[in-house]
Amino acid sequence: MSQVPDDLRYSKDHEWVRDNGDGTVTVGITDHAQAALGDLVFVEVPETGRQIAAGDACAVVESVKAASDVYSPLAGEVTAINEALGDAPESINDDPYGEGWIYQMRPSDPGAVAALMDAAAYRALIESE
Amino acid sequence: MGSQTPLFAEHLALGARIVPFAGWDMPLHYGSQLAEHLAVRAGAGMFDVSHMLPVDLAGTSVLPFLRRLLANDAARLKDPGKALYGCLLNPEGGVIDDLILYYLGPERYRAVVNAATAEKDLAWMRGQAAGAELEIRPRRDLAMIAVQGPEARAKTAPLLPAALRDRAPALAPFFAAEGGDWLVARTGYTGEDGFEVLCPGAEAPGLWRGLLAAGVSPCGLGARDTLRLEAGMNLYGQDMDESTSPLAAGLGWTIAWEPTERDFIGRAGLEAERQAGGLPDFVGLVLTGRGVLRPHQRVFADGREVGEVTSGGFAPSLDRSIALARVAPGTGPECAVEIRGKAVPARVVKPPFVRQGEPLIVLD
Repeated sequence: MSQVPDDLRYSKDHEWVRDNGDGTVTVGITDHAQAALGDLVFVEVPETGRQIAAGDACAVVESVKAASDVYSPLAGEVTAINEALGDAPESINDDPYGEGWIYQMRPSDPGAVAALMDAAAYRALIESE
Repeated sequence: MGSQTPLFAEHLALGARIVPFAGWDMPLHYGSQLAEHLAVRAGAGMFDVSHMLPVDLAGTSVLPFLRRLLANDAARLKDPGKALYGCLLNPEGGVIDDLILYYLGPERYRAVVNAATAEKDLAWMRGQAAGAELEIRPRRDLAMIAVQGPEARAKTAPLLPAALRDRAPALAPFFAAEGGDWLVARTGYTGEDGFEVLCPGAEAPGLWRGLLAAGVSPCGLGARDTLRLEAGMNLYGQDMDESTSPLAAGLGWTIAWEPTERDFIGRAGLEAERQAGGLPDFVGLVLTGRGVLRPHQRVFADGREVGEVTSGGFAPSLDRSIALARVAPGTGPECAVEIRGKAVPARVVKPPFVRQGEPLIVLD
């Protein structure tokens, strides 16, 4: 069974969002998503400073099998990227909610985070798939 | 739900991720495709390839039939047990399928064809055989396990029936030995040494478990694809199909032009194509920039489009991306591949990329 930490928010496209409490959030893909993709071998991250809209394809994760877009769960500005993924894309497989984070952003609407799915709703989503 | 091989329950017990493939429910991987790939290069891995179809061909007309059916020449198989790789062509010279043909004994052969094309191949063979003294018998009763890697033969031999236990280790590459309904062949699709073992479906789980107990890693279709790509081996439906001739897919070496009087199906088409000239090069690519090569990406050289990737992916043994590609003659050594709208530099190389565990591609 996939891990779905209670303290995170989730999108229907299988991204997770952590509220950092300082006006920024961290974004990655869920354990369920990494397991479905298989071994990751390449990650393309957005540029710091880029303005993205909710639903924008802002990163790409490539597994041995295929390339998949990562859709931004929120609108805002990219404030940091996980440079370590360049040499270690497998971090997303090994630790999707920790070392495998993809980018940080400052949401233009701070209230939008709370509007995302909570863990219970996300668990229900992946069970229904 | 698709068809299931006699090993389906074994795959589930091992936690395989099952995917639909050519009408079959097959294991994609058992946890990590990368680990499975590397296990084959370093030790031994096993693959359930029971979805492929063995077809037994026998009768007094079988050799003339096969010499007409295949672009490679079955008459080259003089010693019992010898195997031959070749293509089944349509009259235009397009590839209906690629297969391995085993010479079992006088007037007895076995072809092993791809799962996705099995019914098409059978219908084609039967149509071509009309009126000939010949029996064409699909062997859905047989399972097939490929055991591949430097330790594969040593780990497999003790698990074979007594009649094959001593003969199997003595097999030369591309030879097979038959014992009852078992056939063990020193062939494969990974670029490593190993065996492909055909046996009655009911006996396959016992062999599978014995191999598992001997430390052979179960490997899925995912690793099978990255291993064959590193080995520079073509995949039917991706690198060639009915609209592609073997000459445009790096398979010219499988066409037996001599003797010139052998009139195989597709010969006229191939000769016309060869005479017309300007055939594309079928090459290997190594991505020197960042990213992953995938089928159908466009290849550019000197600012113009010169072809496309036919098979591409990440090469675990090289820790970079590689591909097979069909490009304009003379392309290289430098080119670029379009990945998500960006031109990423790549180098044209001659496959294979990896053989017997050793990388053959050196980039400075």
